[in-house]
Amino acid sequence: MSSRDMMLARVRQALADVPAGEGPGGEGRDGPPVARGYQRVHGARTRAQTVDLLAEHLADYRAIVHRTDAEGLPGLIGRLLAERGARSVLVPPGLDVSWTAGTDVTLVEDRASSTARELDLVDSVLTGCAVAIAETGTLILDAGPDQGRRRITLVPDHHLCVVRVPEQVVGSVPEALPRVAPDRPLTWISGPSATSDIELDRVEGVHGPRTLEVILLSAAPETDRAGSREHWAGSGEY
Amino acid sequence: MSGTYLGMPAFPRAAATATRDTRLRANLTHATHTIRDKRAKAVAELDDWAQLRAAGAAVKDRTLRRLDHYLEQLEAAVTAAGGQVHWALDADEANRIVTRLVRETGESEVVKVKSMATQEIGLNEALAGAGIRAYETDLAELIVQLGHDLPSHILVPAIHRNRSEIRDIFRREMASWGRPAPEGLGDSPAELAEAARLHLREKFLSAKVGISGANFMVAETGTLVVVESEGNGRMCLTLPETLISVVGIEKVVPSWQDLEIFLQLLPRSSTAERMNPYTSTWTGTTDGDGPQTFHLVLLDNGRTDTLADTVGRQALRCIRCSACLNVCPVYERAGGHAYGSPYPGPIGAILTPQLRGLAGPLEESLPYASSLCGACYEVCPVAIDIPEVLVHLRERVVQGGPVTLGGTRTVLQPAKGHAAERAAMRAVGWAFDHPGALRAGMRLAARTRRLHPRRLPGPGRAWSRTRDVPEVPAESFRDWWQRTRGTSSGRGTSSESGTSSGPGTSSGPGTTSGPDTSSERRGDVK
Ligand code: SF4
Repeated sequence: MSSRDMMLARVRQALADVPAGEGPGGEGRDGPPVARGYQRVHGARTRAQTVDLLAEHLADYRAIVHRTDAEGLPGLIGRLLAERGARSVLVPPGLDVSWTAGTDVTLVEDRASSTARELDLVDSVLTGCAVAIAETGTLILDAGPDQGRRRITLVPDHHLCVVRVPEQVVGSVPEALPRVAPDRPLTWISGPSATSDIELDRVEGVHGPRTLEVILLSAAPETDRAGSREHWAGSGEY
Repeated sequence: MSGTYLGMPAFPRAAATATRDTRLRANLTHATHTIRDKRAKAVAELDDWAQLRAAGAAVKDRTLRRLDHYLEQLEAAVTAAGGQVHWALDADEANRIVTRLVRETGESEVVKVKSMATQEIGLNEALAGAGIRAYETDLAELIVQLGHDLPSHILVPAIHRNRSEIRDIFRREMASWGRPAPEGLGDSPAELAEAARLHLREKFLSAKVGISGANFMVAETGTLVVVESEGNGRMCLTLPETLISVVGIEKVVPSWQDLEIFLQLLPRSSTAERMNPYTSTWTGTTDGDGPQTFHLVLLDNGRTDTLADTVGRQALRCIRCSACLNVCPVYERAGGHAYGSPYPGPIGAILTPQLRGLAGPLEESLPYASSLCGACYEVCPVAIDIPEVLVHLRERVVQGGPVTLGGTRTVLQPAKGHAAERAAMRAVGWAFDHPGALRAGMRLAARTRRLHPRRLPGPGRAWSRTRDVPEVPAESFRDWWQRTRGTSSGRGTSSESGTSSGPGTSSGPGTTSGPDTSSERRGDVK
């Protein structure tokens, strides 16, 4: 018998107490119920408040947060790169070209053939994101065209990430998962790389980028701050 | 420390040594209290914590009860996504598989993400034996590895080291593993982290093979999940050409949606953060992004035996958050090494004896490495009733009974004479010389009393008839023991009478006036 068959046989023998037919393979009997009585999102917020919460929680984890609109974006990106003294910036292939119109820093395209050592020579990386989670201060990158391969946001020391607000912002982890596809490689980022391994003192930037700057990009000048209630606050089965 | 847990002394002896180490105790106390306090705040932010916890426990239970189904589903999904799945019955087989896979790449160095499963099977030593050098890349694991040491905490494996010790280790050892420590390295955490960054970056940029574990595997989609803080995980998971993940079979969850529960429970319970800095998920391989060869090694190594124990199987729900360590008064005094495995603290006290079987003095003493104060159960994000399992395992040690070992149903012999109970007394005895620890436990016990089971379920009931232990959660082990140890009625476990009672004799372990101890159940392998 192969180890596979032996392990499966041992599992089945170990579960002799479980009624035959229980579970997803059985005839509609799913086994002990899972009460999903937890909340989809914690608290009721307007869309604007959700964006504010994201900003607050990003900052809590020592990401640097900026806000601008489409008009101000190229200038802001140019300024942030200049302030860092960056000479080169990695850009994913599908990045909106207008974003880099305000900088004369060398743009380095992400290529499958470029080695990790080559990436290590680049100063900054500029990406979009797929979804951001307000309650946890998390950016999710799904390797989409404006985000690129996972490694490009890892090796350079400075990551600039643009989040379109409010449409890319959700309240909670349960709201985020359906918006990303599991068959894509995902990177969830909550603040810059950090460790607390030495006497529990937090130190930023062990192996990943030491600096994470997040640009909250609104389509229009910040006018409609009230927004609409996007979340129901209740809990229950679903 | 020799870098392996084999040959560790039984808990009482190891704990006695550890409690004499005042520096260790100071480090541990600072660390556990800091995390504990932070965690309480992070958990309090979610007012549906109780519901999340119940759902987490229920999802895990449901998965475990049809584990065969979910493992087959997972295998199919990983394979369809371009990965290769291997099955390993025990540590040796897992090590052989990984060694072969590394050899097939032609490489002799690998970079590793912190992983309990590979600690458990002693993978680094096995690879070293095959001439393959494994570099630990988590900062704490690096400290442990360079210090020729063993991890002592699930989350912060070098918790027993302070900054000046770490500086000394880096200065002394880094050069023989790669880039030496910077000249004049100081002992500030920032400097030490920077030294690790420089030292390890060379490895990351040249490594062709990465080895990891996983926090979760999604059966439905074949997705693996690793949560981490430093980015070393991302380095190992994305830069090499080949990725090998060794994962215990209990890490499977049914659906993508289930992650919404665990990605809320785990970070807040372990690092006390709303979310850990990095979470990576991958499904097989992706063209042009990350490793182009992916192997998943599914590890049994005692898990199916644990699954066969209807009381003890709940230990397989564990998501390795380490919250139970940080609240445990015994862990705080004894330190992680005393538990003799990568799984220290309360979870180690129930997991290690189950994974390995109640096979020797260490495993037999571990169920006694607890004051049964119940704090571990209270914090556990998947509601593992650790006190219940401890008492159940104590019963097995003392009375023997049915167990599954290596897939074979067996009846365990009771521990010879009073050996087990003497071991128990040694295990707790040291703690009573340190009243502070016990007081802490008692305060918690008082607060958590209503959460404790009133009666022991199942087979524990018989045992409890002859002992006062069922009341222990309410009055604390210490009170119970002090109340009973010196009394001439000889109740409890301190009596030395009947020391000759062994297998096949009718007097049970401990002094008993109650029902007999089921001598008919003692026997040989069925
Ligand atoms: S037993 Fe519970 S509290 Fe302890 S490490 Fe496992 S999940 Fe965390």
